[in-house]
Amino acid sequence: MTDGITAAAPAGDVGSSPEYVLSVQDLCKNYGELAAVAHVSFRIRRGEIVGLLGPNGAGKTTIINTILGVLAASSGAIRIGRYDIARERSLALSRTNFAAVYAALPGNLTVRQNLRFFGLIYAVRDLDARIESLLDELGLRALSDTKCGLLSSGEQTRAALAKALLNSPELLLLDEPTASLDPSAAQIIRGHIRELAQHDDCGILWTSHNMYEVEEVCNRVLFLSHGKVLLEGDPRGLPQEHGTHNLEELFIRLAREPLAQPAGAGA
Amino acid sequence: MKLRPIAGIIVRQFYLIRGSPVRVLPMFAWVAIDIVLWGFITRYLNSVSASGINFVATLLGAVLLWDLFTRVMQGVSTAFLEDVWSRNFLNLFATPLSISEYVTGLVLTSLATSTVGLLVMLALAIPVFGLAFFALGMLLIPFLLVLFCFGIALGIFASALVLRLGPASEWLVWPMPALLSPFACVFYPLAVLPPWMRAAAYLLPPSYVFEGMRSVLAGGGLSLPRLACGALLAILYIILAGQFFARVYRYAVRSGLLARYSAETVS
Repeated sequence: MTDGITAAAPAGDVGSSPEYVLSVQDLCKNYGELAAVAHVSFRIRRGEIVGLLGPNGAGKTTIINTILGVLAASSGAIRIGRYDIARERSLALSRTNFAAVYAALPGNLTVRQNLRFFGLIYAVRDLDARIESLLDELGLRALSDTKCGLLSSGEQTRAALAKALLNSPELLLLDEPTASLDPSAAQIIRGHIRELAQHDDCGILWTSHNMYEVEEVCNRVLFLSHGKVLLEGDPRGLPQEHGTHNLEELFIRLAREPLAQPAGAGA
Repeated sequence: MKLRPIAGIIVRQFYLIRGSPVRVLPMFAWVAIDIVLWGFITRYLNSVSASGINFVATLLGAVLLWDLFTRVMQGVSTAFLEDVWSRNFLNLFATPLSISEYVTGLVLTSLATSTVGLLVMLALAIPVFGLAFFALGMLLIPFLLVLFCFGIALGIFASALVLRLGPASEWLVWPMPALLSPFACVFYPLAVLPPWMRAAAYLLPPSYVFEGMRSVLAGGGLSLPRLACGALLAILYIILAGQFFARVYRYAVRSGLLARYSAETVS
């Protein structure tokens, strides 16, 4: 309570705007009495990479699942571009994609078959050309006819990323995308993701427990704890603002110490 | 509904079947064994019975139609179970794919695989055991359609059950046709059933098909109102099963079941 860390100011109206690929407004998800996500609001601009940070159980995956429409929010609104996920699910999700360590591609299909399967689901135009291009970009050419279940975890991550890029998404959700990659492969993937944001105007929501990676990649971070956004800001500036040496130290402090709530701050 | 996502579901199943002999075998092996077994039984019954009943036409024809119904039902549920077994729900339902597109894909997949099964059965039953399958003439069309429709309805219902109760409940799916068979009057007339079983039989579309088939083969003609009743019931069950699936899906999204689908999700 005395560390000087204060809650993020409650966000104002985060309605849709062409500038934003994602607008999350006052999102709540309750499981009975448990509030997994409580009044979370944030937006992501085109070309922006936002890190969603927090200890295990903070609500990161719950937020990602609600954005992906596989989990209904208890209240609040989510817009992908100008489409509301609850009312215009198909339109919203056709502009979105994701990769997560816990959502491997079906292991009984080859990399190419998986890309074709999901490419049809996303109704990707010029699918064959898109698949060939992604196989080259992500170094999957030699593995294209290998069943995904036989790939190493790093190769599976690259295959999942290829799936995530199939429909050239405006919004990309990456839940610990480099968790199972070696440092070299992780660096290549980070470079690829940064390029995607810069050149394709793709907005990216990135979760990671690697704070060095977050500092390197993200334009902005949201610190989440017990389903609430505690802090928001530039990952390179936040540690100094809050008297810590680096983002990791700040993370540990936020995860362990209770939050100083200014009077009248959000729920 | 868009065609390409539906094609995606069908293509995925095609890849799985093409890449796995274990999946090819059940498409024709069990039905072929049934036809051979019942072919010899009916041939023997014809030789020892003085009743004048053609057992090949009545019993073997009934086995063929019942096996077709079973293949249709299991075709839908097996295509669904592929997503359960490969833990693909998150990848699949976080796409623009709508529930109606998904279910349509499952149904078309089942129609394709069960048609293969039907052709195999006919290829054995007609030349080897002299089954005059086409003696039923144009009536075959409504008979087959009613069985197809009820098989689809039961397959969708079974899939919804697995979605609601968790992967372990697939063991409830496989015996479903066997549980219904005593009431469906596959091998005997409805009149032999006790009243309470007869009441249940009237609710099952296959009972109208098998009663009609026996009547036509015995030279008694067909009651069109009764067949229409069976057809309407089959259509009603498809609508109800579709609504049940959609309802279970909405529950799964609301409760978090879909996002955390695993073997122990019974609640």
